[in-house]
Amino acid sequence: MIAAADLASSYELVVIGGGPAGLAAAALAARAGVSTVLFDENPGVGGQIYRAITSTPVKDRAILGQDYWEGAALADEAKASGALIVNGATVWSLDRQRLVGVSIGGKARVIEAGRVIIATGSQERPFPIPGWTLPGVMTAGAAQTALKAQGLVVDGRTVMAGSGPLLWLLAAQTLRAGGKIDAILDTTPRRNWLQAVVHLPDFALSPYFAKGLALLREVRARVPVHRVGTIEAVGTDRVREVVFSGSGGTRRLPVDLLLLHQGVVPNVNLANAAGVAHLWNDRQLCFVPVLDADFGSSVPGIAVAGDGAGIAGGTAAAERGRIAAIAAVCALRPDATLPDTQAIRQRLQREEMGRAFLDCLNRPADAFRLPAGDTIACRCEEVTARQVRETAQMGCEGPNQMKAFLRCGMGPCQGRLCGLTVTELIAAERKTTPDEVGYYRLRPPVKPITLAELASLPISEAERKAVER
Amino acid sequence: MARTADVVVIGGGIHGCSTALHLALRGLKPILIEKDYAGRHASGVNAGGVRQLARDLHEIPLSISSMDIWERIEELVGDDCGFGAHGTVLVAESEDELAGFRERVDDLNLRGFVHEELIDAAELRRLVPAVSDRCPGGVVSRRDGAADPFRTTQAFRRRAVEKGAEVIEGVTVTGLSRSGANWRVETSAGIFEAPKIVNAAGAWADRIAAMLGEPVPLAVVAPMLMVTSRLPAFIKPVVILRGRKLSFKQLDNGTVVIGGGHLSTPYRDSNETVLDWEKLAISARTVWELFPAMHEATIVRAWAGIEAYMPDGIPVVGRSSTSEGVFHQFGFSTHGFQLGPGTGAVMAELVATGSTNTPIDGLGIERFTQTPLPR
Amino acid sequence: MFKRLADKGPAIAITVDGKTVNARAGDTVAAALLAAGIDHCRTTPVTGAPRAPYCLMGVCFDCLVTVDGVGSRQGCLIPVRDGMKVETQLGRREAGR
Repeated sequence: MIAAADLASSYELVVIGGGPAGLAAAALAARAGVSTVLFDENPGVGGQIYRAITSTPVKDRAILGQDYWEGAALADEAKASGALIVNGATVWSLDRQRLVGVSIGGKARVIEAGRVIIATGSQERPFPIPGWTLPGVMTAGAAQTALKAQGLVVDGRTVMAGSGPLLWLLAAQTLRAGGKIDAILDTTPRRNWLQAVVHLPDFALSPYFAKGLALLREVRARVPVHRVGTIEAVGTDRVREVVFSGSGGTRRLPVDLLLLHQGVVPNVNLANAAGVAHLWNDRQLCFVPVLDADFGSSVPGIAVAGDGAGIAGGTAAAERGRIAAIAAVCALRPDATLPDTQAIRQRLQREEMGRAFLDCLNRPADAFRLPAGDTIACRCEEVTARQVRETAQMGCEGPNQMKAFLRCGMGPCQGRLCGLTVTELIAAERKTTPDEVGYYRLRPPVKPITLAELASLPISEAERKAVER
Repeated sequence: MARTADVVVIGGGIHGCSTALHLALRGLKPILIEKDYAGRHASGVNAGGVRQLARDLHEIPLSISSMDIWERIEELVGDDCGFGAHGTVLVAESEDELAGFRERVDDLNLRGFVHEELIDAAELRRLVPAVSDRCPGGVVSRRDGAADPFRTTQAFRRRAVEKGAEVIEGVTVTGLSRSGANWRVETSAGIFEAPKIVNAAGAWADRIAAMLGEPVPLAVVAPMLMVTSRLPAFIKPVVILRGRKLSFKQLDNGTVVIGGGHLSTPYRDSNETVLDWEKLAISARTVWELFPAMHEATIVRAWAGIEAYMPDGIPVVGRSSTSEGVFHQFGFSTHGFQLGPGTGAVMAELVATGSTNTPIDGLGIERFTQTPLPR
Repeated sequence: MFKRLADKGPAIAITVDGKTVNARAGDTVAAALLAAGIDHCRTTPVTGAPRAPYCLMGVCFDCLVTVDGVGSRQGCLIPVRDGMKVETQLGRREAGR
């Protein structure tokens, strides 16, 4: 186990995040001779899509599927490349001077980086329905992580709800593993098909077309699917029932576990706190960093690769990581030998083809992005949608001012689960766009650190003298 | 076509908003021009300390008159601003320090100021039970407390508008010139004209002063703060230190705000700051030594506000040294929040009547420019 | 809510609020709680509402527990260790525990 004290004071390339983009980037750069360190906060690499790829107890490859096992090659490649891979390392700060604040085992260090690639990937889009904070309500991704990392499969009365490919993939994996799903509540708005169909030809050419159809068939054969317009998790100390309505009227189902999923969005916290500019992407309904052709951001020397650059999936993430790494290597060691960029870009293009179709098809319904009434908008501070809407109506123009009045966004998750909701609610109430409204201005530490961790940071003599009164 | 007003106030921090409100209360029509939004910078993101304790002698009259206003703030602005008064305690970390404090308190008393009281170890422990055992005593200012900085600034802004001020945000002043009896204020959104100007532009006030031919040696600083997650209530007064940089307070919601003035790197043209983690680590160690109970507290956020620091550490308040009808109210050197309500009242008095009853000697801009006002 | 696919791998004993819970090597604290059917791992500081892990990927902060005396730890990021002492985090965390 690498300890904080083992880290050098600087590396030419620091890669943050050990998913496909990070692994591919670190491997490429290290092989090109650049001193590279990869930090990941989990016990093993793989990020979310290849979670526990080096340690999963789910040995039967048919359960998780071939796409998952492709991650093994990436992990092996990174390990063999000579890059220093540090697990259990939480990066809590990055700034325009490319100083990286990281903690390992409760000890903090600040590392200098010649170049940084942020590969912190994506997270699930918030799914604010009434009762979503009740114990027993989780994300589909959480169930998938429990399956991959601990071999835990859902048992008992389980309902899945939402839209998007991951929902169907998890359902298939769960069924293959011997789990039971009582129902799937599909929230995909009917009219999405109309908007998506124009992109169908591109999608039909992408590898996901056939896979997607097969998955749908596999799941629909064994699980009742209901098209729904409203969902509510009901219970007092935990979820007991899910109540939903669609064209068939209102129904209730008893549940022990309600799994929610309506797509993934970039995890913007580290990039935002580092000063990287983001813009609203209306097709993907999220904020996306402003990047050049090499995934370089508005902050010189800091690139964003993978799903954090915009949702495109795991295979695309690896290619993006490679492109960002090539740019970093060129800047750090102009004479290094590099793989053919052209081929990588072509592969990336193929992966990105069909994205438009999926984005349109899976565009989450307004009802599930724009809560009302007592539905909780900010989970950490328990701020309701009504409070957010009323404060916006009273003249609060943006989430940063709203933070000061309602404390939304000021809890430990730092807006990860409320940022998009709050921005969209303000935009809706003030009849403007999310781009106009903007997002929380995030500040480090992007993950809470204890006073003890911060106090453990090595302090130079110069600094110590500088602060004496 | 120029917009006209009785006074143009440049800058929407607590000082600008307080001045705009007090001018409106005197029946004048101010227009306040703010380049971002009211409270965007130091005024909205400071530690919220409402403090009379440990001020430079020149600031004390302003501070006392401001404290009178804080105690009736709800009446003035229709919002209690989160103000709670549990006192500020300056903790001595050694007998030597305590001796120094005793001298200061004696000196203040001789001058007729009684707001600072020396306290012994027993009283210190009574006021701040969680403080480290080795502290021998300190100084308390009992009327002191803390408030919510953004909420306070917004409350002044709101009340100013209710009383007839106009507040224009997202607009930057680009030039100042004479136009007959008026000042002509060029901005990114057109021209404004007024016979009087108040320069309350905070960390950008030197640019305004330069436009008037009175450049000042203003340093742009960005003191850092940290806040913890919620903790059970364990401290009531605000705690500050002399020998090391620390200000420490627990809010009603349980979070603890740690400040003290360690500086980060500001980029005032892009409203950005880059934090210095080694300095924050020093802050963390200071808190650790003073409050052992805080060892495992979690820091959820750190930030810095962009502020103006004058070479002598006290603000510039008073008439321009070059320009008739122009007044300055800036340079509060990281301790301007408590002074906001009162300085606004004093400035309005000065602007409206030509003089003020509150002593502001020693705060004039002429101490930097040494150019006598043309008569 | 969850069952184990296979009972393989070394068993690890942790305590949760004083009671022994059998976990497996490779479990995170949050996963161990879920596998043991434990309903909630904390109550919120604002209203005291019960919460349990939501995302299992370090984003939601609902899995906060006290581990070996240190509070506000994200249970989904901590691998279990034999003898680990986990406690439900009630409301505001106590400083100094």
